[in-house]
Amino acid sequence: MSRLQESLEQGKFTITGEVGPPKGVDLHHCMDEEVSYIKDRVVAINVTDNQSSVMRISSLSICALLAQQGLEPILQITCRDRNRLGIQGDILGAYVLGIRNILALTGDHNTAGDHPDSKPVYDLDSVSLLTALTSLKNGKDLAGEELNGIPEDIIPGAIVTPGADPVEMQLIKMEIKIEAGARFFQTQAIYDPKVFESFMNKASRYKVPVLCGIVIIKSAGMAKYMNNFVPGVQVPDTMITPLKEASKEDRPKKSIELMAEFIKEVKPMCQGLHIMAMGWERYVPELLDICDL
Amino acid sequence: MVVSVPKPAEELLEMLDGYKNMFIVACGGCPVGCDSGGMKRVDELTEFFPQNGKEVTGNVLIDFLCNKALVGSKLIYHLKKLKKSQAVLVVSCGIGVQATGKMVDIPVVPANDTLSSQGMQGLWPSSERCAGCGTCYLAFTGGICPITSCSKSLINGMCGGQHDGKCEVETERDCGWNLIYLRLKEVGKLDNLKKIPHLRDFRKMDVSDKERHTTRWALEKEVIYEAPKQSSEKEEA
Repeated sequence: MSRLQESLEQGKFTITGEVGPPKGVDLHHCMDEEVSYIKDRVVAINVTDNQSSVMRISSLSICALLAQQGLEPILQITCRDRNRLGIQGDILGAYVLGIRNILALTGDHNTAGDHPDSKPVYDLDSVSLLTALTSLKNGKDLAGEELNGIPEDIIPGAIVTPGADPVEMQLIKMEIKIEAGARFFQTQAIYDPKVFESFMNKASRYKVPVLCGIVIIKSAGMAKYMNNFVPGVQVPDTMITPLKEASKEDRPKKSIELMAEFIKEVKPMCQGLHIMAMGWERYVPELLDICDL
Repeated sequence: MVVSVPKPAEELLEMLDGYKNMFIVACGGCPVGCDSGGMKRVDELTEFFPQNGKEVTGNVLIDFLCNKALVGSKLIYHLKKLKKSQAVLVVSCGIGVQATGKMVDIPVVPANDTLSSQGMQGLWPSSERCAGCGTCYLAFTGGICPITSCSKSLINGMCGGQHDGKCEVETERDCGWNLIYLRLKEVGKLDNLKKIPHLRDFRKMDVSDKERHTTRWALEKEVIYEAPKQSSEKEEA
């Protein structure tokens, strides 16, 4: 059983982090900086899969390196770039490299990234990918063929967007994902505790652990960008204004304060946090210290 | 020609589960040519459903369902029967199902699966599209096609890219799944979303040899005037 699964099943407040593989083969920033700041403070680390449809080192490779170092990776798999043969092969490949936690995503469309002229695959989607994971865990592939050696302790996870409108559609899809095999959820970034509370009031009936998504807002500009371009994310003015007023040197401190306030509010509502530091990994320990986590 | 094949009987019953009766709208175009529609099929269906506990309230054959104005102008004569019907079973390609769905505020159910249209898209001037996926989902999705209205052709619901009802690919483009959500909510059928099979079968997009040998396709093989062979011309000379 993976450490993530153990933590979730024991009902512990579980914190996960996230790193993005680099474009190119220089691993210094990713492994020696991003990972090293957060590794002692999180149970597991997500590794993104061609995040934002921008081509990078494969998630599987970075996850394998993390596993080699005794860390606990969460392999993110999107359905944009590979069909069901490729994806199932990767899942089995990840397993033999010690990877147990897999997060199933549909994936941003190709046109959003740096290879807009590429062919979108979407043979599977987040739901059918979960179906594939469940099938493999039960010893058969999607074609119903038996596996020689069964990856039975894979733990499939999925995502949900609490701030999306219509949220009802998110909840329906969450239910479909659970039926397909999702055993934990990490959420898209959310900044309004009231919106999160109202979401959790509906989602808690599913009795599947939810880790609240935290993207650290670094500046008012970033907040505005997210409001305009990231679906289902709304940073309130009560966060934007203090960041705008803070001097450049004080900004990290202010930002951490604001995030800590939010975390303290949502902590009793869910079973953990998923922290996406986006280059500010060095501030994560301080943020968690303030929250007594 | 747009090639379509009849959905299996058990699938038709599954899609019509919960409906006591239906009105049948059939296309007199391509489905007649590929033996998946026309009056012959309407008669078969009209016999089949009562045997399986479902009433057929009436039927109409319209020359082409890929002409929304024509569909509307013909359906208007059947309003009485339509008002009594809980569903409309449409015997046509995916375009005809969507067109009919736009004209009547009753859930539409496709009687056929549409295969590759092989170059011919009928004469459809409107926004609905059929990609010939071979697994018509329109019964579950409120008559709005998830394959052509979603930029990722997702069949399991909205992705995280929907924003203010628009798609992440183009700011002005409607999110197909948001349209499906709104429509299903309107008709109280959101539970349909849980009935869609998770996996697509891409084999169904292919047109088999059998379907290629239907009447209209076969017409293409008839040569009206056979030119004399070059070799025989030389001989004559």
